[in-house]
Amino acid sequence: MESLEEIKARAERAVPGAKITIVPNPGPANQPSLLLDNEHATAVVQFLRDDSELRLDHCSNATGVDWLDRKVSKKVKVKKVVEGEEKEVEETQEDLFPGYLEAVYHLYSMTHKHGPVVIRTRTKDRAEGARLPSLTPIYRSAEFQEREIFDLYGVRFDGHPDLRRILMWDEFVDYPMRKDYREPDDYEYEPTPHDEVLEKAKQHQSTRPELDGAEKLTARS
Amino acid sequence: MSAGFHELEEAPPLMTSRLEGDLLEVSMGPQHPSTHGVFRMNVALEGEIVRKLKPVFGYLHRNHEKIGENTSYLGSMPYTDRLDYFCSMTNNWAYALSVEKLAGIEVPERAEYLRVILAELTRLQNHASLLGFLLSDMGAWGTPLMYAFREREKILDLFESLSGSRMMCDYMRFGGCRCDLPPGWMERARKLVDGFPRFLDEFEKLIVSNEILIARTQNVGSLSSELAINAGITGPMLRACGVNYDLRKVDGYGFYPRFKFRVPLGDHGDCYDRLMMRALEMRESIGILKQAMEQLPAGPIINPKVKLRAFKPPVGEVYGRIEGPKGELGFYLISDGSANPYRYRVRPPSFVNLTILEDLCLGHTVADVMVILGSIDIVMGEVDR
Repeated sequence: MESLEEIKARAERAVPGAKITIVPNPGPANQPSLLLDNEHATAVVQFLRDDSELRLDHCSNATGVDWLDRKVSKKVKVKKVVEGEEKEVEETQEDLFPGYLEAVYHLYSMTHKHGPVVIRTRTKDRAEGARLPSLTPIYRSAEFQEREIFDLYGVRFDGHPDLRRILMWDEFVDYPMRKDYREPDDYEYEPTPHDEVLEKAKQHQSTRPELDGAEKLTARS
Repeated sequence: MSAGFHELEEAPPLMTSRLEGDLLEVSMGPQHPSTHGVFRMNVALEGEIVRKLKPVFGYLHRNHEKIGENTSYLGSMPYTDRLDYFCSMTNNWAYALSVEKLAGIEVPERAEYLRVILAELTRLQNHASLLGFLLSDMGAWGTPLMYAFREREKILDLFESLSGSRMMCDYMRFGGCRCDLPPGWMERARKLVDGFPRFLDEFEKLIVSNEILIARTQNVGSLSSELAINAGITGPMLRACGVNYDLRKVDGYGFYPRFKFRVPLGDHGDCYDRLMMRALEMRESIGILKQAMEQLPAGPIINPKVKLRAFKPPVGEVYGRIEGPKGELGFYLISDGSANPYRYRVRPPSFVNLTILEDLCLGHTVADVMVILGSIDIVMGEVDR
């Protein structure tokens, strides 16, 4: 199979306007991935599937990953005027990377028996912007797996034919695979009246507008 | 590969009047002997014909992946046994293989051979009991299932004497296996493998040309190879459609390239082909087992450089997969350098294979739904996780 750089270059030529970034993967596994922009993701994947050299016709695995807001501190040398003299002072700066949700797909070719090509798409944020294009129209195998991502991570897939909860029950409110998920003490019904337990249950059942219903999303306070 | 009997005459309909145009909604399951666990299907019926089918699951959901993210890498190993509780050895292998890829661990030769032997034994007992269950679903009540379970019992005894547990083996470790063979194990295993073709001959005689079985399975739940590829179907179900895709050949993981075996293929993709696929794969497994047992070298059982306690793989991500008895079983792991995986994902074959259940069942009768579901070979512990 051709290298990831070649695939990237050919896909960008085939789909005008597509922005593809190679996400390196350190470590012995060496499975780097292609990050697709959400607008052109379906077109690029369509190209990957139908291109005669690649023929990535088998979407083996589709899954979500939750990345929280990250603070990365780094030391920067800044020129400052201290007591009338210009000096170079070391300062720590904190960069805030806003969190996002990711959908990762592993594509293989059953025709040419090669792979994997890992592709990923990223949401804008973890609240109302958690939307991604669905790949179910291209790969039927993503149907249940994207439903599972929606169920456990709360990513809404545009273009999915039947986006419902799949593993949790329909009335369930939160998204349990998110990293900041708060576990209720009793999944079944109202809290049992004990001090500690009651507090925990209250915490879970307090209103969290960003998680109620699919369309009524508001910003996180 | 079909044995004739294609043009069975269609019987005249018994009921002359039925509710034309009215759909009856039936909820099949979750407590039903032939749903293979707690699994429900919302079916819309027109007379006896299925017009719509929506699978409902999650009754066994315990968020296996979240538990995996909150325990150490080794801590998830016994938990993988509980995914597909028929095939704990292959689950262990898939997980160990992924972690070994993630951390770049080498496996000693003897351990790789043992893994192949145990995985093929697992395949034997899984396919045998699946055939038993399937016949049980079709009304061959009890007897074939007991024949299959008699053989499965012998394999489980071998697992027990090796790992201490019959079904929850927890046998593999990163970089090898947990313990070496107990004395006399190999002789018992050889005896079992030598005797297994006799069981297969007997069993195939029971099923291959049985008229009722052919009427119930041929041209029922046919699957085209295009849809099968697009829907990510793997394992014997895919090969029943004639697609030559066996990860033991394609990826060549473990020491599979060292063994001679053939990949059986079907051509109609119906329930009969799926059923025969299992019977034929068992024969190939016996061939692999005989070669592996003959070549089994002496040596260490586990890579001594691997620290199992406080195991911390380098930062990175990996997707590892093996050919499980039910299809492609994969693990997707993201390591952030700590003792727990940042992301721990299981790609269960039976979950993905269920995607096309509705397509297979449309236009067939309710009684066929059970046969089709049985021929997919699902285990709810793996589907729901």
